[in-house]
Formats: sequence, C-alpha cells, structure tokens
Amino acid sequence: MKKRGSNPAKTAKRPGKITRMFLTLFDVGQFIVRFFKEGFLPPYEGRELINQCYNIGYRSLLLISTTGFITGMVFTKQSRPSLSEFGATSWLPSLVAIALLRTLAPLLTGLIAAGKVGSSIGAELGSMRVTEQIDAMEVSATNPFKFLVSTRVLAATITIPILTFYTAMVGMLGALLNVTVNEGTSAAAFFQSSLESITFLDIIASTFKAIIFGFTIGVVGCYQGYNSSKGTEGVGKAANSSVVIAMFLIFLEEVISVQFFSLFRSV
Amino acid sequence: MQQKAVTDFSKERVIEIKHLNKSFGPLDVLKQVDLELYKGENLVVLGKSGTGKSVLIKILVGLLKPDSGSVVVLGKKVDQISYKELLALRLKVGFSFQNSALYDSMTVRENLEFPLVRNQRSISKAEKNKAVEEILEAVGLSQAINQMPSELSGGQRKRIGIARTLILQPEIMLYDEPTAGLDPITCLDINSLINEVQERFHTSSIVITHDLTCAKAVGNRIAMLLDGKFACQGTFDEVFGHKDERVKAFYDYNFIE
Repeated sequence: MKKRGSNPAKTAKRPGKITRMFLTLFDVGQFIVRFFKEGFLPPYEGRELINQCYNIGYRSLLLISTTGFITGMVFTKQSRPSLSEFGATSWLPSLVAIALLRTLAPLLTGLIAAGKVGSSIGAELGSMRVTEQIDAMEVSATNPFKFLVSTRVLAATITIPILTFYTAMVGMLGALLNVTVNEGTSAAAFFQSSLESITFLDIIASTFKAIIFGFTIGVVGCYQGYNSSKGTEGVGKAANSSVVIAMFLIFLEEVISVQFFSLFRSV
Repeated sequence: MQQKAVTDFSKERVIEIKHLNKSFGPLDVLKQVDLELYKGENLVVLGKSGTGKSVLIKILVGLLKPDSGSVVVLGKKVDQISYKELLALRLKVGFSFQNSALYDSMTVRENLEFPLVRNQRSISKAEKNKAVEEILEAVGLSQAINQMPSELSGGQRKRIGIARTLILQPEIMLYDEPTAGLDPITCLDINSLINEVQERFHTSSIVITHDLTCAKAVGNRIAMLLDGKFACQGTFDEVFGHKDERVKAFYDYNFIE
C-alpha cells in the first residue's frame, strides 16, 4: 500500500509538448495494435460491420458521385487547351484515366470521406463517450472497442477502396460526356483508349492507397471519438480533429505512396 | 418519509473495500476508504457532489483503477484480474448510470437486447423476446418497447436503464444517483423500484445519492462520505444522530433546501 502523497500522478511534473506528442503517438500505436489484436478474433460483430459499411459506403454515394462526375468533366475541359496546342486531344481519354486512377480518385474519395465519415465517427463516438454509453457497454460485459471501433475501422478500410473505383468510374463518365460533346468521340473509342493506358500497377497502387486512406480515416475518427472528454466541447473537438488530422495524414500518405510506386514505374 | 426496515442480513460480504485511495492529479478524492456490502442489503452512500461517490462505484466495476488499496467484489480482486475475468465479473454486477446512458441510436427493445445477445450468443429469438417483455413488465414500462430513448421522460429513462442492467440477472446492483434530476413523485417511484428489485431479484445494492428521502426509503444501511472518507455508517437514525457537525449540516441543509 502506498502512503498518501506518494502518488506519482500528483508528484510528477506535467510533461512538455514534445513529450506529450510522443505519448499521444504511443497511445495511437497501442490503439492500432488493439484493433489488430481484437478486430479479427471471435465473437464477430458481423451485423454491425455491415451496418457501418452501409453508413460509410452507401450514404456517401451521392456526394462521391457528384464530386467524381464534376471532377472528370472539369479536368477534361481544363486539360484540352494544353493538349490541343500539340494537336494531341486524342490523348485526353488516356490522360484523364491515368490522372483519375493514380491520384484524383483515391485522393478525392479519401478527402471527402475524411470530411463526411471521419467527422461522423468522431462525433458519434465522442457523444457516446461523454454520455457514458461506452461505459454502459463496458459494464454490461460487452467489449465496446470491438463493437464500436473494430467495426468502424474495418468498414472504412473495406468501403473506401470500393468508393475509390466508383469515383474513378463516375469521373470517366464526366470526361466521356465532355469529350463526346466536344470531339464527338464514341463511348467505345473513349473507353478503349483510356483502358489501354491503365496498367496493373496503377490498379494495385490505387487500391493500396485507398486501403491506407480508409484505415487512416477509421482509426483517426475512432481514436478521437473514443478518447474524447470535456463534455459537448469535447465532442465538437473530436469531430473537428478527426477531419483535420485525417486530411493531413492522407496528403502525407499520398506523397509517400507516389514516391514509393514511382520506383516501380519505367516512366 | 417512511424509513426502510432494517433487516439482519447474512454476514456474507459480496463487496469488501480496504484502505482504498484514489486521486485525480493533485486532488485526493478517496482517502483510506473501507467499506463492506453484505449479501441482500441495500447500502446507501450519501455525500455531497464531488466527494467521490461515483468514483467509488466506478472502481468497483473496473471503469477506474484505484491508486492503492484492496477492492474485492464477489471474491475477485477487481484491479488484479484479467480483462476476460473482469467481463465475467461485470455480468454479475449491474450498473445503473446517473443519466441512464441508454444507447440513443437504438429502440428500448434493442437497448435491452444488446447486453443479452452479446453475453448469450446462442439465445433464441423467443427467449430473447420473453426476457425483454418480462423485464419491461418488472419496471412497468411494457408499452415503451418500440420507443426511442429520446421519446422517454427522465423517470422512464431511469427505469429502462435499470431494466437493461437487470436483464443480465446481476447479483449486485450499483445505482449512481438514481433520483437525480427527477420530480418528487417520480423519485418515489424510483425508490419503490429499487426496493422491488431488492426483493424480487434478491440483489445486494449500493445506492449513490445525495437525496435523503431516497436514502431513508431504500437504505438498510447508510454510509456518509465526507472529504474522501466515511464519516459514519449505520441506520438512517444512527447516522443522523451522529455528533459530527458536517453530518448534521448535511441533514439540515437537505431539509432546509
């Protein structure tokens, strides 16, 4: 038994900013390890996983469709003047396909999901934390981490790659509309030209990035929400920081993955 | 205000706390606390807000860790058992939260089914329905089965919170401020419900409150927590006949208020 006054919590000096940052990183690391340790072991929360896939995937479709379609169309329109200077407007389908698949679709989907899904996860779990709903799960002999965190992280990791390919497809439709109106290119010729320019590595790289983005959005949103405090202010902070941190990490991951996959490309 | 009858309970201890200390930063919340809960009794822990009453019961279910001291619940040292053992122990210890903590995205039925299906994976739909209907009938809210928590009154939410806890048939019930924020009539209903739970489900309970009416109505024994320590324990009359000025002040303040 410790004597009164010997409690380290009382005697220890408050750690500095750098130390706190490393402590947070360590905490996040533990959070991720816990996800891998508990997320794939029975009992499985299959129903909640499907529910979360529906929330993250299906409910983002309208926003993703609109953004993807407009991006494809505008990108095509903006690229035309540069290509037409060299008489290379026939390269438009290839250019749009490569740009969409390699970067635009994963990045757009990641950023939209970080805003829509990340904030929603952060706010939902944050609100459950401050209203003691997570504690209520704990005391009813349920593992809230497995039910709330594992399912959401897994759902984001599964659905963001699917949404990414959906964004690329919708973006291509936007580009097709623009090309058809301006150049009179047929759909068959457009898709033949664009698909010829896509390599297997593009698909692998895009899938890999989307998986990483999805995982990041899930982990950041869940971590911020699950560990939120300070009442309603904490809920707002959890939602906000889920978006800001996830977006920052997505850009960082994009830069790293572009560098990494360019090692495997001949051009 | 009817005082609850004092019964001679078995001396079997279901909870035993010895020399418990808990602090948050520089603030000592619990200082060398000793407490026992005997099988079948309702123990009321009285005290002002911020004296560590809720902290005490959160330590009992492992939601908070003690700084030092021994906390034994149903023969298990709460801070020394594995997470798996803790989950098994939590099946036997029900916790009713101050704000009910109902899952607000689920209906009343789903709230009640939630702990049931997660702890009895093989339960059939018929058994599940029967358990939910029985427990709702026990708390007098059968009609609320398909309502959302946001559609319920404060008293109804408390009852559903208690029902969700009782559905796992715990041996011990922990009530955190069961009458806080309720009107006097609803408080009386909740007091009756706590007594009914003790009789019908044969639970041993700790009731955390600062409401003397509730303490007198439900407590077989009262323990007064002041400045992080138990100032006195006993029946309602014994506690408030105590010579400690702080205890008298608490009593006077409650009734003047």
